[in-house]
Amino acid sequence: MADRGADDKDVAGTIAARLWNGRWLILAGFLAILAVYFLAGISAYVLVPALAMLLGAALLPAGGAGQSPEDAAAIEAIGLQRLSGEYLAAAVADPLIIFDHAATIVHANASAFAAFGGIAPGISLPLKFRAPEMQALLDSMLSGAVASDVVDYTEKLPVERAYRVSASSVGHGTDLYVLVFKDQSEARRIDRMRADFIANASHELRTPLASIAGFIETLRGPARNDPAAREQFLQIMQNQTGRMARLIDDLLSLSRLEMKPYLKPGTEVDLRQTVDGVIDSLAPLARENNVAIERNFAQGALSVPGDRDELFQVFENLLENACKYGQSGGRVVVSIARGNDGSEPGFDVTIRDFGPGIPEEHIPRITERFYRVDVESSRTQKGTGLGLSIVKHILTRHNARLTIKSEVGKGAAFSVHLPAH
Amino acid sequence: MQSVHIMSAYDEELKFLSKRIAAMGGHAERMVEQAVAALVNADPGLAQKVIRDDVVLDEGQREIDDKAIIIIAKRQPMATDLREIVGAIRISADLERVGDLGKNVAKRVVAVTDGRQPTSLFRGLEALANLALTQLKEVLDVYASRSVDKISFVRDRDDQIDAMYTSLFRELLTYMMEDPRNITPCTHLLFCAKNIERIGDHATNIAETIYYIVTGDQMPADRPKGDKTDKISLSASMPAN
Repeated sequence: MADRGADDKDVAGTIAARLWNGRWLILAGFLAILAVYFLAGISAYVLVPALAMLLGAALLPAGGAGQSPEDAAAIEAIGLQRLSGEYLAAAVADPLIIFDHAATIVHANASAFAAFGGIAPGISLPLKFRAPEMQALLDSMLSGAVASDVVDYTEKLPVERAYRVSASSVGHGTDLYVLVFKDQSEARRIDRMRADFIANASHELRTPLASIAGFIETLRGPARNDPAAREQFLQIMQNQTGRMARLIDDLLSLSRLEMKPYLKPGTEVDLRQTVDGVIDSLAPLARENNVAIERNFAQGALSVPGDRDELFQVFENLLENACKYGQSGGRVVVSIARGNDGSEPGFDVTIRDFGPGIPEEHIPRITERFYRVDVESSRTQKGTGLGLSIVKHILTRHNARLTIKSEVGKGAAFSVHLPAH
Repeated sequence: MQSVHIMSAYDEELKFLSKRIAAMGGHAERMVEQAVAALVNADPGLAQKVIRDDVVLDEGQREIDDKAIIIIAKRQPMATDLREIVGAIRISADLERVGDLGKNVAKRVVAVTDGRQPTSLFRGLEALANLALTQLKEVLDVYASRSVDKISFVRDRDDQIDAMYTSLFRELLTYMMEDPRNITPCTHLLFCAKNIERIGDHATNIAETIYYIVTGDQMPADRPKGDKTDKISLSASMPAN
């Protein structure tokens, strides 16, 4: 599909190139005709346009005159060069955009499409890259002030990315320019991750740590010779260390996700198999909580592009929440349906519980880190406050949407819309 | 993008308008981003920079107004061209307002960060700002690509912003009731949240203008109002969580 489009463009491009190559001849001819028109009355002046025409033709490079066999070869060579240029662009792993003197996109390689989206040829580059530093870079390139330049460009949304962008003109007199984006996000993110991790960890680990420290003090002091109290305190301390370990696991897994904001393209996930796997793995927890899990899957193939392990984690977190916090409802319904409600076709995986539900004012906030609807029940259920943050992160990477519907007293439904291709 | 005119100078003038809009958009996005970053990281230096940057947007709007009026006078534009030019005037006005709102957030940085506030306060505001900025970015991307068929996302996003704002409003009221010392910073944060919510509204306005430029029709108007803060009142006995 894309290849066909590229071929068509090639043909149009070759014609344009031919016209462009003949521009001097055409211009000279045009001028000559104009001159003849104005000066036809006086015979001596006819020589002037004729000379001009000759001069125009003479100025052309050798290959440009007439339709000789060499000429055809030259055109073919140009075509080949263009072709290899496109292949070359495709072979570059970094996003690469070729644009013309009007800052209109001429060609963008697959990696650029994946990184930025919506950059079809014909779109004006400064309209797409609006950041002040990119505007300045494009201006200085196109005004001819510099032949090449490098700037650092960061994009904050939808996921934070940092690039070192180098711009340079292509060849001599081609009027084409190239932008290459070198991804620096990783280095940036490692710094951020460290800062975030320390901030979050110090805040959230302080509470269990303080309680452990308190119990140690009691065990060494007043409770030194009280075996019953010792047993009880040690149990509490064990619970607290368990909580700290879970917290660290979740923080690490969130940080890992933040480290790699894109998805490897090309892998397919069978939703039926994945969701079945999640249900099987959580069967013990469901039994423990006296919750029955019901399945309601659509017929036919249910596969979407994505990462199996990550989607497994999404459904695992959602189902685990449903079993824990919707325990009083006694059942959880997991359904997969073909969703065509919005603009994009895909699948909706819905996990519905019949527990107490979530008050409306909390719904927009529950995917934030450490946001808890009810601190007490989160603690007793061994929650870390990070589960839904992880879910949201993974779904952002999959271009998927999480919709939460809930009515107090009637349960909650977490619905994941995964686009199919 | 635009159709080609016999007078290439005319095309140049129209292109200039859309390029200037994009540049203003980039500036507005950056200002809001930095204003929120200054608030979250308690960085008065960055806040000062945002306040200074507002001039650029004011100047951009004036320039677009002048240019647009000259084009109308000189070229007597019709149909798409006329919509394009009038649209540019309206979008630049919206972007200028976005800049003002960003500046207002930046101005409050010093007052809010005077005493150390709980991080959870800022987390909510950051999430709200991310929603509003995503909205603005997507809308301006549509201005570049002219693919108005994708514009339905604007409504969903607007609802999300309103819901988030309502939730934040409630949270801030709770903090104020917990401790009267919180009243000063929380009131400022409330205004910041309101400003950011307004940025989302301006982005929606821009989306409507773009829809009009491209199709010549008004965007169908079924905007449910999701902002329910007009009904929120917390009784003093409400348990804080």
